[in-house]
Amino acid sequence: MNFDFSDDQKMLKDQARKFLEDKCSYGDVRTVLESDASHHDDIWQGLCDLGFTGAAIPEEYGGLGLGALELCVIAEELGRSAAPVPFSSSIYMAAEAIKIGGSESLKQAWLPKLASGEIIGTLAAAEGPAAPTPRNTKTSFANGKLTGRKLPVPDGETASVAIVLANTGGTGEQAVSLVVVDLTQDGVTRSSVETIDPTRGHAEISFDNVDASLLGVTGEGWALMKRVEAGAAVLVAFEQVGGTEAALHMAKDYSLDRYAFGRQIGSYQAIKHKLADMYVKLELARSNAYYGAMVLAQEGADLELAAASARISATEAYRFAAQECIQVHGGIGFTWEANPQFHYRRSKLLALSLGSASRWKNRLVSELEKSNVA
Amino acid sequence: MDFNDTPEEAKFRSEVREWLAANARPRDPNNAKAGVSTKSEAERLVRAKEWQAKKADAGYAAITWPTEYGGLGGTSIQSVIYSQEEANYDVPRGFFEIGLGMCIPTMMKWATPEQNERYVKPALFGEEVWCQLFSEPAAGSDVAGLRTKCERDGDDWIINGQKVWTSGAHFCDYGIIVTRSDPTVPKHKGLTFFFLDMKTPGIEIRPIKQISGGAGFNEVFFNDVRVPDSQRLGDVGEGWKVSLTTLMNERLAIGGGSGVDYEELLKLARETELEEGPAIKDANVREKLADWYVQSQGLKYTKFRTLTALSKGQVPGAESSIGKIVSGPKMQDLGSFAMDIQGQGGILQDTDESPMGAAFQNQWLGAAGYRIAGGTDEILRNIVSEQVLGLPQDIRVDKNVPFNELASSAKK
Repeated sequence: MNFDFSDDQKMLKDQARKFLEDKCSYGDVRTVLESDASHHDDIWQGLCDLGFTGAAIPEEYGGLGLGALELCVIAEELGRSAAPVPFSSSIYMAAEAIKIGGSESLKQAWLPKLASGEIIGTLAAAEGPAAPTPRNTKTSFANGKLTGRKLPVPDGETASVAIVLANTGGTGEQAVSLVVVDLTQDGVTRSSVETIDPTRGHAEISFDNVDASLLGVTGEGWALMKRVEAGAAVLVAFEQVGGTEAALHMAKDYSLDRYAFGRQIGSYQAIKHKLADMYVKLELARSNAYYGAMVLAQEGADLELAAASARISATEAYRFAAQECIQVHGGIGFTWEANPQFHYRRSKLLALSLGSASRWKNRLVSELEKSNVA
Repeated sequence: MDFNDTPEEAKFRSEVREWLAANARPRDPNNAKAGVSTKSEAERLVRAKEWQAKKADAGYAAITWPTEYGGLGGTSIQSVIYSQEEANYDVPRGFFEIGLGMCIPTMMKWATPEQNERYVKPALFGEEVWCQLFSEPAAGSDVAGLRTKCERDGDDWIINGQKVWTSGAHFCDYGIIVTRSDPTVPKHKGLTFFFLDMKTPGIEIRPIKQISGGAGFNEVFFNDVRVPDSQRLGDVGEGWKVSLTTLMNERLAIGGGSGVDYEELLKLARETELEEGPAIKDANVREKLADWYVQSQGLKYTKFRTLTALSKGQVPGAESSIGKIVSGPKMQDLGSFAMDIQGQGGILQDTDESPMGAAFQNQWLGAAGYRIAGGTDEILRNIVSEQVLGLPQDIRVDKNVPFNELASSAKK
């Protein structure tokens, strides 16, 4: 039984943690919250310089040629520090989509730049406040041209390339395809939008008959997107695990500092049991995330099931820890000057970024129905 | 990252497999969770003793014990490997766990070499069965608040009082007991610990009928029960220290939950029609199913993380403490929800009429006790918050007060 990360992977995790502890304090996260910046460029450049962005990109495309497990340990540390960087958009979504579904020329065109961090990538699926489904996708792609509007697009203001979910005229799930779009061309209009988590930039992007190229096969965009989402779900689960642990520790530290009715509030069972529940959810989430990591790294057949489990478990853990962290803090936790807000915001952002827990529960049971013919 | 055995583990596993194949009957996969024997308890005990003797003879009954006590001198991971393999066989279970998991380890730490020479092997080979006499009507979670008293009389002690929730007392040969020797000092300081013969005159055993209908536990009454001082474990007044040896082993001995889980719920949801169609198409059913699947998988992989630490010869992390906190409420809620799916017919507890032999109804009733036995949900949360997270202990108003001056429900 060897259900753990290797010593090398743990060293990489330590390296990421030390860098982020040093460069990405809550004060640094706050500078993004309180400015118009889409992300924190010094932290982003630092992560790129350490090679983290290229960790799971093959050496032939300018990456380090490591695997999904290395990306997972980095993700946990990004989540712990609530890092205000476009890592998930550029790497878990754009780079992974091109790695999985892209032609050789698309890989050569984009992966080296994404690996080095020279450019930022993203994936644009949603078109307003409804789940992105083939039926909800109005943006259309035909004869090499893309037209439509996407909202919200993570890191949409700063990204240079986007993978876009577009209608290509088929029926049902075959109605959509993924296309690659250079966002620096004329006909692409973008504006930043307000979200619940301003530490991560989002934009509205309009495409007016712009050039785009197909990623993968026409009409198979939905299947490819689900595969990309499954991989991203595992990686985001590690961010959520890191965030959960941070929120738990923040709440615990405060409960030891704060006195009420003549004793530390952490000595009351109402608080102790709340923190114990955070711990229980954290450990379940961590275990499910580890299994997701193992299946992702081995490209196992049950990735969809493992990814859904990791995502559901980690979403619930982070939701509970982040919201109850504020509750443990009492009034101060609700103020702008206090730090619990970073995890409260980020937990909801991550809970929705790849689709809600309800949708993933439905996906999970569909897999169970396939795999278990009892 | 993988689930593979190391070469040494693989070798041990194949030895175990070979031995089990030659000595036990494989479990019927179609009857995996039913496992309800129609035989009487006495008949099952005879069969269990035979199997225990065979297992002990091969060294598999106590893999981690030293060889001088009849163990294999093996590792924790070997013990787990044996249990994993044995789970595939239809072998008797449920008679020796408390004795070998809690009582005998306490004896090994505190009894004389001569006493261990006399008692350990017969217990290991299933010839003598042991029980643990700790809980009392007024001492459950607060077990150190116990009132059963012992008084010195020459070379003997006289025990009077009542124990409760004693698993298997009615078929056990020996027991370990903690009693109050001095009520004038604070509660933890006035306890004294013994082992005794359950056939000693003055011991009366009455079964407790549970809400589930079963009677696995007993009340045990002590009326002037005479125990020689030579059967005292630890010093007079040091009984709490001895008890901690036993209690440290309790969570290991109680083990994980079993019973119906998401697989059975999935089967039920497929087979049951609701107003709008099959239950499996209902969004609420699907959400619950996913939640319990994720909890089950989380517990399974948490166990694998613990095994990984054992496999590497490390001390497992605190994650193993979450098992019962999750599985108890899950068993109860899942049973309850499955009954909801059955509508008005959900109230039936009928092996013929109710789906899966009324397994959901049985589990719903039984889980109410599982959440209490071996540490309540609330005590377990105290343990996690204090021992894992490092939060302050509860304020103990009874800490420095003589036991006989404490407030209690008996004399309020």
